[in-house]
Amino acid sequence: MHDAVTVSSLVVHRGSREVLRGLSFGVPAGRVTGLLGPSGSGKTTLARAVVGVQRVRSGTVTVLGAPAGSPGLRARVGYVTQAPSVYPDLTVGENARYFAALYGRGAREAAAAVADVGLAGDAGRLVRDLSGGQRGRASLACALVGEPELLVLDEPTVGLDPVLRVELWARFAALAAAGATLLVSSHVMDEAARCDRLLLLRDGDLLADCTPAELRARSGTDDLEAAFLQLVREREQVAA
Amino acid sequence: MTTALSPRLTAATTGRVLRQLRHDHRTIAMMVLLPSLLLGLLYLLWADLPAPPGTPSTFDRVGLTMLGVFPFVVMFLVTSIAMLRERTSGTLERLLTTPLSRPALLLGYGAAFGLAAAAQALVTVTVATTLYDLDLAGPLWAVVLIAVVTTALGVALGLLASAFARSEFQAVQFMPVVVLPQFFLCGLLVPREQMAGWLQAISDVLPLTYAVEALQEVGRSPEPTGTMWADVGVVAGAALLALALAAATLRRRTD
Repeated sequence: MHDAVTVSSLVVHRGSREVLRGLSFGVPAGRVTGLLGPSGSGKTTLARAVVGVQRVRSGTVTVLGAPAGSPGLRARVGYVTQAPSVYPDLTVGENARYFAALYGRGAREAAAAVADVGLAGDAGRLVRDLSGGQRGRASLACALVGEPELLVLDEPTVGLDPVLRVELWARFAALAAAGATLLVSSHVMDEAARCDRLLLLRDGDLLADCTPAELRARSGTDDLEAAFLQLVREREQVAA
Repeated sequence: MTTALSPRLTAATTGRVLRQLRHDHRTIAMMVLLPSLLLGLLYLLWADLPAPPGTPSTFDRVGLTMLGVFPFVVMFLVTSIAMLRERTSGTLERLLTTPLSRPALLLGYGAAFGLAAAAQALVTVTVATTLYDLDLAGPLWAVVLIAVVTTALGVALGLLASAFARSEFQAVQFMPVVVLPQFFLCGLLVPREQMAGWLQAISDVLPLTYAVEALQEVGRSPEPTGTMWADVGVVAGAALLALALAAATLRRRTD
């Protein structure tokens, strides 16, 4: 299994604060990798580094064989920010068609992406008139429309009802099955079970890089939330 | 690989910005009508004031210049707010991860508001010459051309200023900083040859000066003059320079 993303010794400072403290890991291709950790652990910063919009202090991020953010990657990597980043004064369809054009796709692909996130019936509505969850899905459609080889999603399920969350995770699995690589951040530990691989982040350190099964086995519990807490305690005891 | 300035992606961005405008009917109405209404106010202000014999009426002199100044100010504000919204909503960060290059993004914006400016200028010039009896010696198309190029300058300066604004409060205050000194020194309030030498020197490097001079040329002479064309070139060059600076100050990687 080769890696779609290789991060080595990545250090990121924001202001005087060290947000990522020398991370090294790989994101396997064709899999759903979960980036989990509490709010403020550095998930968004890491996602931004992978798509190449984060200024980094040291270390390297290699994406699909090229340095993160290089021009040739921009058609192959999709990024969905935590806050829905679509134009509120355009309709869902207009948003999708604009991003489709940027990725060299047409209106047909735009309509398909909108349908994929369950908004086909809302394509003609202005984004500002949608609910928060619908906006998030409109934002997702604008990344799906480019059929990216790597999809970086920052907390895509926040504010979604449980039914939609399950649907979305099924969609992520389907994309991975079709060959795409997904890096999905979340602060909800029960979503970890849906990932092929987990990266557990806390205070800019990588606590674990394993599969959900490995995490359960290592901590001796089926509850991933409890497993995460146990890892944190172990780390604190080592430090003390 | 993406080319630095793909015409296709620039056009897609222009279309997107115009579509955003289309959903905002009040903004369109204000863009099209406001300069005409303000010009009407100036017309009424000077309507009963006799001009000294042999000189153009005050309205002919000032009104003509305003055809360039109004859209310049309005488009400066509209663009800097639009770009700031793009920045704070996260769409800018997202665009920077797509194949759209920074110059293509800015040029797309410039073209969209340039087109809006052309519509505005057509309406304003038509209203001014019919309803308000604005007298000018030169052709109408020259006035529209100068208005559009001047607006493009406003758009480009607005894009540049938005790079330095962290909030809407700051963005709005860049307007007096960028616009008022150019307006004071452009030769409308005090003829340039009567200014103190150092003020004239500042006036020489402010692009609005050339827009105003070009409009005055159209007001005076029946045929487009070499001075007018040179002035238009200077304003267009300043707009391109501001766009290039805006692209250079737009960072892909941020903290």
